[in-house]
Amino acid sequence: MDATSKILRDNLGRRTFKDRYFRGLVVFLSLITISPIVLIIYKLVEKGIRQISFDFIIQTPPDTFEAMTALANGELIPGGIANGITGTLMMVVLASVLAIPVGVITGIYLYENPGKPMANLTRNISDILQGVPSIVLGLIAYIWVVKPITNGFSALAGSVSLAIMMLPMIVRSTEETLKMIPQTIKEAALALGVPYYKVILKVLIPTGFSGLLTGILLGISRVLGETAPLMLTALGSTMINLDITKPTSAVPLLIWEFYNDPNMVDLIWSSSLFLMAMVLTLNLLSKRIAARTK
Amino acid sequence: MNSDKIAKAVLFLASVIILLIAGGMIYSLVEGSIPAFKNFGLSFIWSNNWNPTRNQESYGALPFIAGTIITSVAALLISLPLSFSTSLFLGEYYRGTRLAKVLGTMVDLLAGIPSIVYGLWGFYVLRPLLIDLGLPNQGFGIFPASIILAIMIIPYATSLSTEIITMVPGELKEAAYSLGATRMEVIFSVIVPSARSGIVAGYILSFGRALGETMAVTMLIGNANRIPESFFGTGNTMASVIANQFGEADGLKLSALIAIGLLLFLITGIINSAGKLIIKRME
Repeated sequence: MDATSKILRDNLGRRTFKDRYFRGLVVFLSLITISPIVLIIYKLVEKGIRQISFDFIIQTPPDTFEAMTALANGELIPGGIANGITGTLMMVVLASVLAIPVGVITGIYLYENPGKPMANLTRNISDILQGVPSIVLGLIAYIWVVKPITNGFSALAGSVSLAIMMLPMIVRSTEETLKMIPQTIKEAALALGVPYYKVILKVLIPTGFSGLLTGILLGISRVLGETAPLMLTALGSTMINLDITKPTSAVPLLIWEFYNDPNMVDLIWSSSLFLMAMVLTLNLLSKRIAARTK
Repeated sequence: MNSDKIAKAVLFLASVIILLIAGGMIYSLVEGSIPAFKNFGLSFIWSNNWNPTRNQESYGALPFIAGTIITSVAALLISLPLSFSTSLFLGEYYRGTRLAKVLGTMVDLLAGIPSIVYGLWGFYVLRPLLIDLGLPNQGFGIFPASIILAIMIIPYATSLSTEIITMVPGELKEAAYSLGATRMEVIFSVIVPSARSGIVAGYILSFGRALGETMAVTMLIGNANRIPESFFGTGNTMASVIANQFGEADGLKLSALIAIGLLLFLITGIINSAGKLIIKRME
């Protein structure tokens, strides 16, 4: 064996060694990346599962004294998060009612007018809106609703902040969904003399329905866990409140309250477990729908 | 014919609503911050006083701007090797396999965890660990906040880089392999250069995410209203000072918080526009 090929062989050996080492590093770092999700879910289940019961869903939280007594006797803290669940449901439904029509119609506008200056402007503005931190949306809803309309913290203000958050996600997903529908379907309907609004309602929306639904569910799953904007708008309430002009609790707001009250701290795990279960279910559900349509 | 016009008008109107919302947001933030800027002038931005005592109130945004930038940059640096490796795992090494699907779903789920849950985990799991390692201030501060932020932004950088890495043409890679390159050499001399702008855009967008995160940071950063003394010291970010001080705010203080919100809005707007611009250039 001459010198050159020996050098080449050694060189190759070093290169393959480096290559293997790098692959190992990639796998190792990737496993580190996903470890938080495993650790977080494990922690929530480990500490939260024993609190979860039917009562947890239908009762309101105990007051500090009740919680303290239960703690002192070594019992489970009584009560649940019913006021948070009803508040979250109410605000998310209201936010959806506000955001979905505007979002879907804007998405259709963007799809129907590609290249128009107004459409480009709307698309860019909507992209910028998507990046606005949620706490700033809380400030906005405070300025727009809490001060002038409801004269105090309210579920309506909370819904407005969540709606602004959902809006750009729905616009984006609507446009992307419609882009994938073959033009010929729409043209066939137009050729039959179907009025434009009926083409939208009977052709575009039904054809893209599952795509639209995916976007909406993802949007909802994003706002479900939002805490910061609700702290500036809905504030929280110890009772079940169904009046949209009054302060209202939400599951994430309850977690924040429990976190700040040493007697209630045990309740944070079960509440977080409940919240995570809702968010992740919606998240996976929307992915399932998306995967089925592809 | 008439119904067509109405339909078109409705479509147009919806997009006008979006523009009005955006315009109204800027208007309201500017209007709300006028008292603060009138009182302290533009030096509000680089003043580092934060004194809410009645009659000698004095507010400045610098400590929070500094806290925001430091935590976000640190989070970006911590997340960089992790999201880069994960996107190589998903988009190159194990592309299309069941393993990649499972891992990809888990990374997506990271994006679904509410901020407050990250905060709880950081407070009850990460913080005790850091105390054992000798971190001062009972484990609160810039460092733990940055770690949690890093975990939170990983999915954003990963998903975009994965997509771009997957799109690198197979011919380019095969040409390099045929010259005898190892896989690692293909990654660094073919894949990374041709996917560079997409990867950078992903990091910029995830940086934008980090700037505006509120709850998890609020629970970990220590909420000290001054410029952080060191990387292991306590501080406050723009988002967390708003969340923290809003409850008891009115008058000048409320205006100062809204002004901080306006600055945060502008900074995130610029960062996100830069990221989107790079993505648009690639297309």
